[in-house]
Amino acid sequence: MNGAAQSALAPGGAEAAAILSLFWPVTALLGAIWLAVLLVLALGLWRRPGAAPRRAGLAVGAATAGTVLVVIGLTLASYLVTRPLSAAAEAPLVVQVQGRQWWWQVTYPAEGDAPGFTTANELRLPLGRPVRLELAAADVIHSFWVPNLAGKQDMIPGRDNALLLTPRQAGIFRAQCAEFCGMQHARMALPVVVQPAAEFARWRAGQAAPAAAEALAVAGRQVFESRQCSACHTVRGSEAAGSTGPDLTHLASRETLGAGLLPMTRGALAAWTADPQTLKPGNNMPLVPLTADELQALTEFLALLR
Amino acid sequence: MRAQPRDTGREEAALEASLAAVWSSRPGLLGWLTTVDHKAIGRRYIVTAFLFLALGGVLALLMRWQLAQPEGRLLGPDRYNQVFTMHGTTMMFLFAVPVMEAMGVYLVPLMVGTRNIAFPRLNAFSYWVYLFGGALLWIAFLLDMAPDVGWFAYVPLAGPQYGPGKRADIWAQMITFTEVSALAVAVGLVVTVFKQRAPGMSLDRIPLFVWAMLVTSFVVILAMPSIVLASTALILDRLVGTQFFNPAAGGDVLLWQHLFWFFGHPEVYIIFIPAVGMVSTILATFCRRPVFGYLAMVLALVGTGLLAFGLWVHHMFTTGLPRLGESFFTASSMAIAVPSGLQIFCWLATLWGARPRLTVPMLYVLAFLFTFVLGGMTGVMVASVPLDTQLHDSFFVVAHFHYVLVGGAVFPLLGAIHYWYPKLTGRLMEERLGRWAWGLVFGGFNLAFFPMHLLGLWGMPRRVYTYPPELPWGGLNLFSSLSAALLAAGFLLFFWNAWRSARHGEAAGPDPWGAGTLEWATSSPPPPWNFTRIPVVEGADPLRDSPDALKVAAGLRLDRRELLLTSVMAAEPEARESSPRDSVWPLLAAIATTAMLIWSIFTPWAVVWGAIPVAATLIFWFWPRGTPEDES
Repeated sequence: MNGAAQSALAPGGAEAAAILSLFWPVTALLGAIWLAVLLVLALGLWRRPGAAPRRAGLAVGAATAGTVLVVIGLTLASYLVTRPLSAAAEAPLVVQVQGRQWWWQVTYPAEGDAPGFTTANELRLPLGRPVRLELAAADVIHSFWVPNLAGKQDMIPGRDNALLLTPRQAGIFRAQCAEFCGMQHARMALPVVVQPAAEFARWRAGQAAPAAAEALAVAGRQVFESRQCSACHTVRGSEAAGSTGPDLTHLASRETLGAGLLPMTRGALAAWTADPQTLKPGNNMPLVPLTADELQALTEFLALLR
Repeated sequence: MRAQPRDTGREEAALEASLAAVWSSRPGLLGWLTTVDHKAIGRRYIVTAFLFLALGGVLALLMRWQLAQPEGRLLGPDRYNQVFTMHGTTMMFLFAVPVMEAMGVYLVPLMVGTRNIAFPRLNAFSYWVYLFGGALLWIAFLLDMAPDVGWFAYVPLAGPQYGPGKRADIWAQMITFTEVSALAVAVGLVVTVFKQRAPGMSLDRIPLFVWAMLVTSFVVILAMPSIVLASTALILDRLVGTQFFNPAAGGDVLLWQHLFWFFGHPEVYIIFIPAVGMVSTILATFCRRPVFGYLAMVLALVGTGLLAFGLWVHHMFTTGLPRLGESFFTASSMAIAVPSGLQIFCWLATLWGARPRLTVPMLYVLAFLFTFVLGGMTGVMVASVPLDTQLHDSFFVVAHFHYVLVGGAVFPLLGAIHYWYPKLTGRLMEERLGRWAWGLVFGGFNLAFFPMHLLGLWGMPRRVYTYPPELPWGGLNLFSSLSAALLAAGFLLFFWNAWRSARHGEAAGPDPWGAGTLEWATSSPPPPWNFTRIPVVEGADPLRDSPDALKVAAGLRLDRRELLLTSVMAAEPEARESSPRDSVWPLLAAIATTAMLIWSIFTPWAVVWGAIPVAATLIFWFWPRGTPEDES
């Protein structure tokens, strides 16, 4: 992940670019006004002593009128930039993203021939196609913010919000929850992978399929199904069908583990499974006591969920 | 008294002796607990508020330490969330609002030339309630029970389902304490300004600081009911299972945000408007001319106070409200730049060629102009809906509001402390220490907070206890944390100066700055009765308009505490009114109220049984003692 993967100043989408194109002129104008005020202040302090300025009333009036004009101009400019941001695009890709303490559930509804499926903690989008993200919250308020693509939009229990965006640049961006949502608000990130349409279609087909056969064949599957794991998690193709935790059907295909906490490696899977409370204190996954053999088998199973 | 040409020294002494007999508080602890002198209450209000500033500052340093590098290990998530909640709550509810009201409590009666604030017992009650509310919050913090839901306590996170334990209840009940104390002060200040001004101080002669406190008090009176409603509904949801904010039962999550910000945004102006008054007062004194455009300044103050109620939605631009409606709030939020701009232009006109003496208070005014105007500019940016969708809840906003609150209110406040310190203590604050502290505070503040604009644009959200090393935030965070140490050093120096000057400072005399307002017409510190004779005002700048002899009014009785009531518009004498004597009942009523409020965190029955001692103390407080209230 490069350093500009989570920056409003490095737009990779149409909406973020539109906002930035308003940001710079506004910053320049307001910066100039600030400098002008300081300049007048400095001149006023340097001036030789004398009575109050003769045309002070006129100057104050003119400056106030100028303020009114700037305010009107900036209000109109914001409105003009806002309008296309909320205009409905034709045939957008619809993705439902639900914020939860402290992870993201991502659902791709069926579209044409492509079946729908639910995944978690990773959002993939095709390059160049408008996207409509339907944002919801399962527990408390969260806020979806991927600064490289668009401004943020809150996810509020009891309300349906939507965010429109069009990715213009392939790559991995980073979204992060922007509304304080409790203990692990800081550890609630989401990789957003923008890829060419064909690659996206392949990924989509893979995700819709059940878990890999080689994973379902290993001994770790029984550990997963018989211990507490299956009470909260789903692995399609196995008996695990819990719904309070992230869907793990293709866990190992994701970029990160634990909502952006760790890069997806076998070591990370083992560490997380062994002790999630040390890595992300307060998260809703309990520590499940496992023997060394069970842990190893489970890690093998999880790493095969590609 | 500066000049009393009609009184001989002997008469003066006799007069003061009889005034001392009725106005002085008892010596010792009992006197300290029972006094209703607005100066004593105001002074302890100010000291307490600065104590909370120091505590909130220590929390800020803890956060800066934690964020100085990625994956910081000083604080865990649970502690950090308590710390940032405590920082915001302490700074807003226990420092900024109370300290501004405290300055009003101390100064307004002196500036309008009366002997005590209106409803002085209510004023004393207000202080005790504030003190106990602050103590509740901080004791909870020491017991690891502090609220951890942010100073804004958004539901459902603060609701019964996701905010278990008593943490959110303690926050909500602490809000009740501050509501009660703020309302009590506001009512007293409004009545003092309307009815107790010195004869001749018509509306157009009221000092700008007094105007500012009057507008602020009205904003308090109009904004507080909204938070009363919100925090009461939250407590009811948590305590007795009402469902105001539960969408599953027909409640609404956003209702909380509307109610909170309908109070929360005016709250910012409750803090800022008094600062406008302070800046105006300091400028007028050191520029040796009245502030340019008195009428424009007053209208701008009133305009700011009105507009403050029309822009709360700009805290909610990302909640998914209709876009056109949001654009209205963009317009109203930006419109506040007009009265603010007008004030700044008037100040610039005042400064133009005035060659002010660059004393420490003036330096703080210059620091205010530099910092506040920058914060105003970023305020215009976050008022724009599209820009705000990127900036909201990021470190850019942290930078923005610290620029407007520290730059716009704390800098003027520090200037005001230096400026009025001689009135409070009789001694001047040390100038050289004051300059060093100013430099550290001004420089440290800008170095610590300016980089946060960039951090926000680089995507760093607020209220995170840590961040991963692969994001490029480490360098600026470290820089900001080191600069915060400079800022802290500046505050330490300021506190040291204030502590030391109280004993070793240069004696000030009644009017060390050659100022024009009435508080400088009496000794420093003033006697318990403020003015031996009530001054009569014949211009906007009474001490400068008549430098040799201030006219005075006579005829007040000396056998009891008595004030002169004047008419609202022209301040013509109307009546003499008795002012309440010292009483222990405000303290006892505050203790009873505190017991009821804290008890009610645990059971709703506390409201029933706890109301009995409250009622009893109030009955004793108001027991009629057969003295006529006023004589026309």
